[in-house]
Amino acid sequence: MPKPEQQPLIQIDGLYKVFGERPETVMGAVKAGQSKDQILADTGHTVGLKDINLNINKGEIFVIMGLSGSGKSTLIRHFNRLIDPTEGQIIVEGTDVMKFSARELEQFRRHKMSMVFQRFGLMPHRTVVDNVSYGLAVQGVDKKERLDKAREWLETVGLAGYEDQYPSQLSGGQQQRVGLARALCTDAEILLMDEAFSALDPLIRSEMQDQLIELQQSLHKTIIFITHDLDEALRLGDRIAILKDGELVQQGEPVDILLNPADAYVEAFVKDVNRARALTVETVMKPPVCRITADTIGEALTQMKRLPGNYGYYVTDEGYQGVICQRTLESEAKLDGDSPISEATLQEVPAIASDALLESVIPETLETDFPLPVLDADGDLQGELSRASLAEVLGESHTKDNAA
Amino acid sequence: MADSSWLTQFPQMERADLLAIRKSLDAAYREFSRSYGDLIESFFDPLLTFLIWFEKLLLNTPWWLVIMAVTVLVYVASRSWKLSLAVILSLLTIGYFGMWDNTMRTLSIITVCTLLAIALGIPIGILMARSDRAQAIVTPMLDIMQTMPAFVYLIPVVMLLGIGKIPGVIAVVIYAIPPVIRLTNLGIRLVDKEVLEAATAYGASPMQRLFGVQLPLASPTIMAGINQTIMMALAMVVIASMIGVKGLGQPVLKSITNQYFTLGLFNGLAIVALAIIFDRVSQAYAKRNQQHMQGIDNA
Repeated sequence: MPKPEQQPLIQIDGLYKVFGERPETVMGAVKAGQSKDQILADTGHTVGLKDINLNINKGEIFVIMGLSGSGKSTLIRHFNRLIDPTEGQIIVEGTDVMKFSARELEQFRRHKMSMVFQRFGLMPHRTVVDNVSYGLAVQGVDKKERLDKAREWLETVGLAGYEDQYPSQLSGGQQQRVGLARALCTDAEILLMDEAFSALDPLIRSEMQDQLIELQQSLHKTIIFITHDLDEALRLGDRIAILKDGELVQQGEPVDILLNPADAYVEAFVKDVNRARALTVETVMKPPVCRITADTIGEALTQMKRLPGNYGYYVTDEGYQGVICQRTLESEAKLDGDSPISEATLQEVPAIASDALLESVIPETLETDFPLPVLDADGDLQGELSRASLAEVLGESHTKDNAA
Repeated sequence: MADSSWLTQFPQMERADLLAIRKSLDAAYREFSRSYGDLIESFFDPLLTFLIWFEKLLLNTPWWLVIMAVTVLVYVASRSWKLSLAVILSLLTIGYFGMWDNTMRTLSIITVCTLLAIALGIPIGILMARSDRAQAIVTPMLDIMQTMPAFVYLIPVVMLLGIGKIPGVIAVVIYAIPPVIRLTNLGIRLVDKEVLEAATAYGASPMQRLFGVQLPLASPTIMAGINQTIMMALAMVVIASMIGVKGLGQPVLKSITNQYFTLGLFNGLAIVALAIIFDRVSQAYAKRNQQHMQGIDNA
């Protein structure tokens, strides 16, 4: 969720788009909440987008997800006004984009936003390097400078050596890399990606996703990414908005969407997601039931008896040490309650990292009798992950595939 | 006249009325041509000067120099030795059969007509592609230009400008311009929407879109239109000769009236040879320029 004090980079307020002869005439009906089908039948107008409100923060990957016909491609074209809304505001860095003159709009498109297209949108009559430098050519940048820059970006996306080829000579994946390089070449702060990877085969797609994530770590662009693939959305998105029939159904962080789907539509989407691959340990773990910080066996036993459960995580100044079992403590306390806790008292239980994917910790969780301790990057105990909580999260969908 | 005859006979307008309409229209047009004929003629003067200059240039240049120049042009456009050789051979044959001067006259007028048709046609085509209203207005006009018999629009042109080169050029251009207009319009409208969208998204101005994306991508279609325009201009040579355009058309006309079969055949073949040269060269040029545009999945 955006923090209230943070000014969003892009703000969309009450955006409506109606397609048809005279869209203004049906706005009343749209706002009165008549259904899309009803309006189409009555007036012949198609409601494309209905009351969209979005805040997109600087530096995040914001994914807009929906099935075909949900209006996601229409929505992304509003950001740079390839499509004009019927009603509503689009504010970028505090400036109302709708108030721009034609000239200002051109400048805005040249310097603020660049776009990657589903079917690449490359110019077949220009070489790869000319395609990449197109944005700079439009700006009127000197030829040598723009070609040098284009070559650099081509190298970044791994296409050095293809400069003088024509797009038709490249494979789909390579063409989209050219598309990506073209978008990056203008140094625009905002990147619009319209189903950028949807036309690629799965292997290339996941490669391109990796590349985008890697690039984003160094570039920190603000990326608006459209997709119909929830797996892709979860993988890339810092936040996700889900569109259905032109309406925003839910927006939030990937975990929110996965764990708290807003309605049946989102739930149906989420059902098919491989949760083990989408969720991290952090999102599923529970706070540790019993944290033992005592020095001696006796004190430890007292600490444990105060809390439910018959085991505890032994933590010293150096962080998590191991698991202590109540039964072991009891038997040792009979011998000598004042003796310090030693290696012998502890049971070795593997700790897992809080940012690990669930998938990677399934074996350990199943093999160990105790819930696994979850440590953060500094080695501090953050929580515990039990078989039960793992099963609960994964069990709602296709448990058999993952937990078997 | 029985009153019920309208059932069997089409109820026509009175002959006198029809005559009155014809007379008044003819008179009005004659009046118009009398008062504005000179003005319009002087408007075309620069074109006439150019036409005469270009024809003289082709006629006065030694034949071997013309052949060399044409061959160089053909080679530059097509990069094909075979085609260049065929051009040399056909021009030599034409000259050997005594048709050199007429061929040069035809070549000059066809070149001028084609250039004129392109210079007028492409902007009109662009206009049509940009505005549906322009398309709605121009399309029926093109239909008329293509179906109205050439003789019909020759009449007012001759009334206005007399007999000679300029009316000939106007008649040829009217007849030959529709393909280049239609196909420019079509070509621009067929440009991949996403490529155009990409140009817009990167902030291209309307002019940058037109010259950087639309025209280059439409060029295969536009070239097809230019090719058709050239062919149609050549087909008009004989009709144009009826209003005093000199060239290969005149001997053909003479052989129709005098039933000289061989004379007609030779001159006809010379026109065909010119047509084939124009066609092959323009196609080879287009093809060479569009190689890399083939095989792309979104084109």
